[in-house]
Amino acid sequence: MRSSQVFTRKNILGLLIFTAVLVLINFLPLDNYYRKIINLSFIYITLALSLNLINGYTGLFSLGHYGFMAIGAYTTAVLTMPPEAKDAYYNIEPIYDWLKNLNMPLIPALIVSGILAAILGFLIALPVLRLNDDYLAIASMGFAEIILVLIRTQFRITNGALGLKGIPRVDSYYLYGGVALVMILFMLLLTNSAKGKSLVAIREDEIAARSVGINAYRYKVISFTIGSFWAGVGGGLMAVMVGTVNQMQFTFQLTFNILLIVVLGGMGKIWGTVIAAVIVTSALELMRFLDEPMDFGIFKDGLPGLRMVVFSLLLMIVVIGRTKIKRRKSRA
Amino acid sequence: MSFFIQNLVNGISLGSLYALLAIGYTMVYGILRLINFAHGDIFMLGAYLSFYVMTLTSLPWWAAFLIATIFTGLLGIVLERTAYAPLRQEARINVLISAIGASFLLENLAILVFGGRPQPFPVPEVLDRSIKVGQVSFNIIQVVIPVVTAILLLVLHFVVNKTKTGMAMRALATDYEASDLMGININLIISVTFLIGSLLAAVGGILYACRYPQLLPLMGMMPGIKCFIAAVIGGIGNMTGAVVGGMILGMAEIMIVGFLPSLNDYRDGFAFIILILILIIKPTGLFGSTAKEKV
Amino acid sequence: MLKLDNITMQFGGVTAVNQATIEVDKHEIIGLIGPNGAGKTTAFNMVTGIYEPTSGKIFFQPDEGQAPQDITGMKPEDIADLGICRTFQNIRLFKQLSVFENVCIGGFLRMKTGWFSNVVHLPSYLQERKALQEEAEDLLKSIDLWEDKNAQSSSLPYGKQRRLEIARALATHPKLLLLDEPAAGMNPQETQELMTFIKEIQAKFDLTIFLIEHHMDVVMGICDRIYVLDHGQMIASGVPEEIQNNPRVIEAYLGVEDA
Repeated sequence: MRSSQVFTRKNILGLLIFTAVLVLINFLPLDNYYRKIINLSFIYITLALSLNLINGYTGLFSLGHYGFMAIGAYTTAVLTMPPEAKDAYYNIEPIYDWLKNLNMPLIPALIVSGILAAILGFLIALPVLRLNDDYLAIASMGFAEIILVLIRTQFRITNGALGLKGIPRVDSYYLYGGVALVMILFMLLLTNSAKGKSLVAIREDEIAARSVGINAYRYKVISFTIGSFWAGVGGGLMAVMVGTVNQMQFTFQLTFNILLIVVLGGMGKIWGTVIAAVIVTSALELMRFLDEPMDFGIFKDGLPGLRMVVFSLLLMIVVIGRTKIKRRKSRA
Repeated sequence: MSFFIQNLVNGISLGSLYALLAIGYTMVYGILRLINFAHGDIFMLGAYLSFYVMTLTSLPWWAAFLIATIFTGLLGIVLERTAYAPLRQEARINVLISAIGASFLLENLAILVFGGRPQPFPVPEVLDRSIKVGQVSFNIIQVVIPVVTAILLLVLHFVVNKTKTGMAMRALATDYEASDLMGININLIISVTFLIGSLLAAVGGILYACRYPQLLPLMGMMPGIKCFIAAVIGGIGNMTGAVVGGMILGMAEIMIVGFLPSLNDYRDGFAFIILILILIIKPTGLFGSTAKEKV
Repeated sequence: MLKLDNITMQFGGVTAVNQATIEVDKHEIIGLIGPNGAGKTTAFNMVTGIYEPTSGKIFFQPDEGQAPQDITGMKPEDIADLGICRTFQNIRLFKQLSVFENVCIGGFLRMKTGWFSNVVHLPSYLQERKALQEEAEDLLKSIDLWEDKNAQSSSLPYGKQRRLEIARALATHPKLLLLDEPAAGMNPQETQELMTFIKEIQAKFDLTIFLIEHHMDVVMGICDRIYVLDHGQMIASGVPEEIQNNPRVIEAYLGVEDA
């Protein structure tokens, strides 16, 4: 589209800045805590863009991102743990033999993680999207919960509730930032292509889109599948960043965080999402002190819940405030 | 046989609780096409409020329950006015996001105010006796739950079918625009809808706490999701459907675990599997009509 | 070219269209008129696959020489693929997209390249896109919307939105174009321009046109034949003069015996 080329000045500038930042942060002497926040921000860029594809561009509502991330995290963990570590850490029941010697380098493992998440995303979208998009929210969340139940019970694959330790950790901006860069590029290319515009057309008016020959059902399923793929990759990255996976990590909270980023950054906006991912991730981490014991003289036990009260209020204020501003503008 | 009856009693009691919660979902969805994600948290608030009214005042338990129920019902109205009403003209996805925000807000406020640790619930002694009929033993609350549910459903049936407000609610669910043109006070009717839904959820929450006497800020999450599914199973927008859907879900959960105890770990998954099956076999639900979008 | 054979559409207990038969021949402009609620748009919705008729069949013959195809109950997107495209009574543009993008999307159904070529922007995709954009440019120029190409479609004035919706439909290369009240909300001068416009595109794109309209001067002015629906019943059909003088039509419109 003439009016929507991929390599506009803005996009080139954005990509250059992002690459420059990615290179330059390597020269900063940061301790582990800040390195972790930066890497987490990169992962959240990937995750938030994947949700934005489903949510912002296609107009679907998925709440199951944490389930796809869990699949990705466990897949990457199992595929990258050396057999010796598997012997050591599967202490409820031993791992299946065929899984024990299944081992591959990180990048192929991440791709397999994405593919597995995509297959499951496809299987959930296939029946649900046939009828009512609203049900996707519930069904995807239900699906995520089923995944977590399976993780808790399939000891010989996941080591159950104890989780997995001994995953080879990777501490490199280039891995997490590199994947984020690939994702940004992917989104720029996809959303400016004919297929990407078709997704927006479906979001804007599904009946009109179908009347000009767009198979809305198929496009929605594909969009959801692609989004699930990247959620799986993001989950895999989390596993190698932390070095452990545990079913307790994958709660609805994750979907909420990602949703907050998408809403703050703007639905259907790529660079907004990137910036919001960095801000929200940092804010979420830096405000963690609120949940922990502290000494202000009055509160000695910390205020668990306060952090998320702030963020859920923020989410609602943005959603509601934005429409109020819009309405005021349209009246003026 | 007695084992079956035992499970039947358990199933009816759980199914009644689900039915109470499912009605709120179905009514709101029927009128606003909104999944009220915070509905499960209203259920949780009902239970907590009754706990606090009971422990902080010297009121008898039934008065405490009544006050907590009314207060929770009013909270439902506040929820709608603050989180949903401003977005009524907006794309549906924005309202859904606001609903998620509201749900999260209530859950975390609960953690902040009530504390994150499980809170034992003092079940009134009258409700906490066990009875034995033949081989079957059950707690008196298990009889109270279906009876209270049945009475509330009769009242609801009367309100919806015989009063002017009820008629307006049905009109709004059938054709929102036309009802607006006909001069129905939409704001009022929506508030009433949220009030009724939240009252029923509060009763559900309190009875749930009597049956499973432990309070948790996240206790509404799973029942909430399951009851939305119950509403879908019954045919969303249809109140009879919501009751039947709740019963089916409660019964299925108890029966499957009762007869196949090895599946206990998976009990939270049943609802979703039933949801997927229903969506494939009868997408409009058991009692749903095929609504067509106007073009 | 198009035949609605004895079709009936019921919603619950209401019969919106009752055993109607309509035939549209190639190169014709056919009008469908009737009072509000007569079932006109419902008939369009059945032709374009949005509703499936309760009974009856719909046949479409894309080209002469081809056998007529049963399109009853086919999906909207497949019917668009066969060469039937439409506009909507209450204008359905992709509001947040630009004028140019709206027209381009109309052409997407002729693209052969898949998701991978799209994302990677393979040469085959770029080539296809270039052709499509050139055509969209021509189309917009031919209907005087080229200056607005970058405007957000919802920001256009009403008349231009109507024309844009027709342009989007034309971009699909339809053989049969369905227009649902194209002149609604237009003043007499705009209506006049619209009539010329419809005639023009019919000749230029070798179209057959089937339209619903309330403006009698439009219907009488450009239609070759007219069908009249009232309360779902087909009460008359024929050339404009016949319809004008048909007592049943006059009655349906004015509701009095001897108007």
